[in-house]
Amino acid sequence: MTIDLKTIKHISKLSRISVDDEKAKKLAGDLNSIFEFIKKLNELKTDNVEPLTSVAETTLKLRPDEVKSKNIREQILKNSPEENEDFFVVPRVIE
Amino acid sequence: MSEVTTLSLTDLVQNIKEKKLSSHEVTKGFIDRSEKSKILNTYITEDFSSALEKAKSFDNKPNFDLKLPGIPIAVKDLFCTNGVKTTAGSKILNNFIPTYESTVTKNIWNEGGILLGKLNCDEFAMGSSNETSFFGNVQNPIDKNLVPGGSSGGSAAAIAGNLTPITIGTDTGGSIRQPASFTGTVGLKPTYGSCSRYGIVAFASSLDQAGPISKNVKDCALLQEIISTYDAKDSTSIEFKRKSYSKELTNNIKGKKIGIPKEYRVDGMPKEIEELWTKGIEYVKNCGAQIVDISLPHTNYALPAYYIVAPAEASSNLARYDGVKYGFRSKGENLIDMYEKTRSEGFGSEVQRRIMIGTYVLSSGYYDAYYLKAQKVRKLIKNDFDDAYKKVDAILTPSTPSSAFKIGEKTNDPVSMYLNDIFTVPVNLAGLPAISIPAGLDAKGYPLGLQIIGKAFDEQNILNIAYAMEEKIAFKNKITDWWIK
Amino acid sequence: MIKDNSEYLISRGSNTYEVVIGLEVHAQVTSKSKLFSSSSTTFGAEPNTQVSLVDAAFPGMLPVINEFCVKQAIKTGIGLKAQINKRSVFDRKNYFYADLPQGYQISQFKYPIVGEGTVILDMPNGQKEVGIERLHLEQDAGKSIHDMDPQNTLVDLNRSGVALMEIVSKPDLRTPDEVSTYIKKLRSIMRYLGTCDGNMQEGSLRADVNVSVRIKGSEKLGTRCEIKNVNSIKFMQMAINYEANRQVDLIEEGKTINQETRLFDIKKNETRSMRSKEDAHDYRYFPDPDLLPLEVTDDFIKKLKADIPELPDDKKKRFIDKFKLSPYEATILVSDIDTSKYFEEIIANSDIKLATNWITGELFAVLNDKNLEISDSPISAKNLSKLINLIKDGTISGKIAKTIFELMMDGDKDPQKIVEEKGLKQESDPKAIEALIDKVITDNPEKVKEYKSGKEKLFGFFVGQAMKVSSGKANPQLINDILKKKL
Ligand SMILES: [Mg+2]
Ligand SMILES: [Zn+2]
Repeated sequence: MTIDLKTIKHISKLSRISVDDEKAKKLAGDLNSIFEFIKKLNELKTDNVEPLTSVAETTLKLRPDEVKSKNIREQILKNSPEENEDFFVVPRVIE
Repeated sequence: MSEVTTLSLTDLVQNIKEKKLSSHEVTKGFIDRSEKSKILNTYITEDFSSALEKAKSFDNKPNFDLKLPGIPIAVKDLFCTNGVKTTAGSKILNNFIPTYESTVTKNIWNEGGILLGKLNCDEFAMGSSNETSFFGNVQNPIDKNLVPGGSSGGSAAAIAGNLTPITIGTDTGGSIRQPASFTGTVGLKPTYGSCSRYGIVAFASSLDQAGPISKNVKDCALLQEIISTYDAKDSTSIEFKRKSYSKELTNNIKGKKIGIPKEYRVDGMPKEIEELWTKGIEYVKNCGAQIVDISLPHTNYALPAYYIVAPAEASSNLARYDGVKYGFRSKGENLIDMYEKTRSEGFGSEVQRRIMIGTYVLSSGYYDAYYLKAQKVRKLIKNDFDDAYKKVDAILTPSTPSSAFKIGEKTNDPVSMYLNDIFTVPVNLAGLPAISIPAGLDAKGYPLGLQIIGKAFDEQNILNIAYAMEEKIAFKNKITDWWIK
Repeated sequence: MIKDNSEYLISRGSNTYEVVIGLEVHAQVTSKSKLFSSSSTTFGAEPNTQVSLVDAAFPGMLPVINEFCVKQAIKTGIGLKAQINKRSVFDRKNYFYADLPQGYQISQFKYPIVGEGTVILDMPNGQKEVGIERLHLEQDAGKSIHDMDPQNTLVDLNRSGVALMEIVSKPDLRTPDEVSTYIKKLRSIMRYLGTCDGNMQEGSLRADVNVSVRIKGSEKLGTRCEIKNVNSIKFMQMAINYEANRQVDLIEEGKTINQETRLFDIKKNETRSMRSKEDAHDYRYFPDPDLLPLEVTDDFIKKLKADIPELPDDKKKRFIDKFKLSPYEATILVSDIDTSKYFEEIIANSDIKLATNWITGELFAVLNDKNLEISDSPISAKNLSKLINLIKDGTISGKIAKTIFELMMDGDKDPQKIVEEKGLKQESDPKAIEALIDKVITDNPEKVKEYKSGKEKLFGFFVGQAMKVSSGKANPQLINDILKKKL
């Protein structure tokens, strides 16, 4: 299996990272060598193996329904790149 | 006053408690040495003047009941620190100042620790040489132009170079143990769920763990007992009986069964490492432990599985860095354009590479072949360890397949860089605790480490084994202070 | 139980099409705090004042699940007679949007908390069963505001992280009326349970509507289009109507229908393509590594079951069996929890038949007229109950009661007081009525003669006159009885 430039462009779109042709070529090369190495997993038969997503052998703890967080708007907006007292600001979204 | 920086954490604590040293003297000592060591590029953010103030106020009103009475500590820049810039080694967080504190660092300050500054690391902890940091690579104090390992390279270099008495790093695939091994220091990756992940910039959530890097095993045990707490703010934090590791530390490991996995004898491993391992086996035998040959048959599949699981989680964890709420933003014509430029300019190439891998393996049509497959392999790897622990109490392996390499040596070959983590990654996939201790030097005089892997939540046991071995090995780091003029 | 209720068919030439509809309803869970953070869910707060570090996805922030939201989802599942899954998993649904701070929504994909269930609809020509595919818990997104700033979009994260239940139906619905009834029934069940307030204006209930068409009688499902995020029943019906006809037109023209996501434009009353299947999102779902699987015990579920109130279907059955209401009356009275409470409060002390008539008649007319919910009724159950009792014990006539009812609306007045103040008490003293009738007889000798000569229709005239003389207060039954004797 090889990852072509079209695939690179597709995943760059999905991951919202712009990629020009030169970068795409470099990435395709890197990814192909990495997937060549990952291919080793195909040696293993895993049909009857349960997937392991977390090693923590416990179940989800539930928290009580209490409002603890207060109005921290200033803190929340403090680091935002565009100055505004009330909102996060992004370039206009065109639907 | 520069000799304070050569003292271990344990000695410093004792000196402060006995009023032989003040917090200010100690803090000043580490700051002075740090100032002279800028060339190592260990710090991303220095918080020196504030540290000195805190030291003074500690001295004015000392509390000697604390476990870290007025001890200055620099931490990896992956821990969010209230009011102090936190970058994760990335341009995308270059201007980010958290208004909150990670649980692990909060635990340290609660015991009297004082923040010295934020230490350099690979960008978002993705790297094995600290060369992916936006803030430049870190120099290993061992030798010029040598990488300190990664991703906690700044932390390991700061310990080896005596710039902080103790530090914390994070370990997703070896990021504490590998740099510890490269710098002749001690590094512990605790059991998954032992230390809270709250407030740590996430790389791969199911693998990330914070842990100490120190000059010796006792210091490591002391910090571990401080940072390991159950935390309701982290749903993967685990409630278990946490021990006073430093108090219960013993070099008596008589009768312990130590497993030697044959799969860790990899092709092309330098002879020196082989020999070191053999020596290590002798040491534990001399301590009265029993050696058992074991097999971890899926070891060779750990790294490929890791390079699916970790990037997959990372691709999602790093989606929040989009230029909207905080951090770097590039101008864009519209929202999507802004996203794409921000992320393309804000992330370095290794991070972009891993986001791409992760996006690909999760994308429609590939999930089963990659992500699901990797999760199944992960299960097999965990089963290997479970089986082994029916026969042994701990496992002894080399920490890394080589000693530290030169800066730039592996940057153009991602796979050869990834191979560095071949001995450390299986431990993360299985969620186990493991410690790397310096065990010898190679022909170039570069340190080499041995790794002791424990059962889940059995940190005390591997600390004890490390403690016993440390005594026998009597390792001395050869550091010439070459960078200080 | 009828399987098919489709009087809603579209004819073109010789072809008759039926419409197949499935709904994905997003119901906001009633809870004080958000699904994974402890910030408030109160509606209408100042922008970004109910946002925690977790909701705004700051580095290192982690989700911790709200137990109450889990209980609410399970209770709703019980109300939908659905399978409760003891083990469920939270997944990340990855996509970028300005009001999605994490860059992913935490949702449940492969293993939802609730599995298959059913909802019974009361349609004019019988009952219809609609299958529920699943119910899962997920986070709501924030709000993007496009019309406050000409260059920029503004983002308010107050709603970010609020718990939603996504309830997915099977494609069992066939008409816009069934959709309306289905939504109302879901809303009713959740309001009985207290798991969702069902307030569509505030966005607590919204739906994605999946529409396809096929030749009537065909088994095969047609290509469907999903109309996103419609937040009123009227708009859902309009959108379905437009979309079904659009699809039929395409088929008749020999064109194919693209599977796509569409928007309903309220102003133009039409649906519009948002994105086709080809550039559909690739959400890259995977289990959220920050959250472990959610496991609940049998005991946990059992306790919740014990806590489930009587639901509309059971209540309806009880009203019919115990109170002898007609199915129609019972359906109306149980459809909304507040109406049923109102009814039950009245019948605790008053006549059932009268209560039914007054609520479904006079009261509903007023509420409809004034566009009010029963919870905002100008007349309380307590006072309507009193009015009914005044009728029942003969203090007032039904006719006077209507006058009093009008007067009660002004500040929920006590009917007893109105009767006293205005002297509207019914005249039930036979002596007084006799005197009244004597007056009518003496005043109309001609009519009496005619009556006696066989013109029996005039009886009504005398009743009317007697009523008139009493200003409507005389007991009509007594007038009848005494008149018969006297004439
Ligand atoms: Mg939908
Ligand atoms: Zn949804």
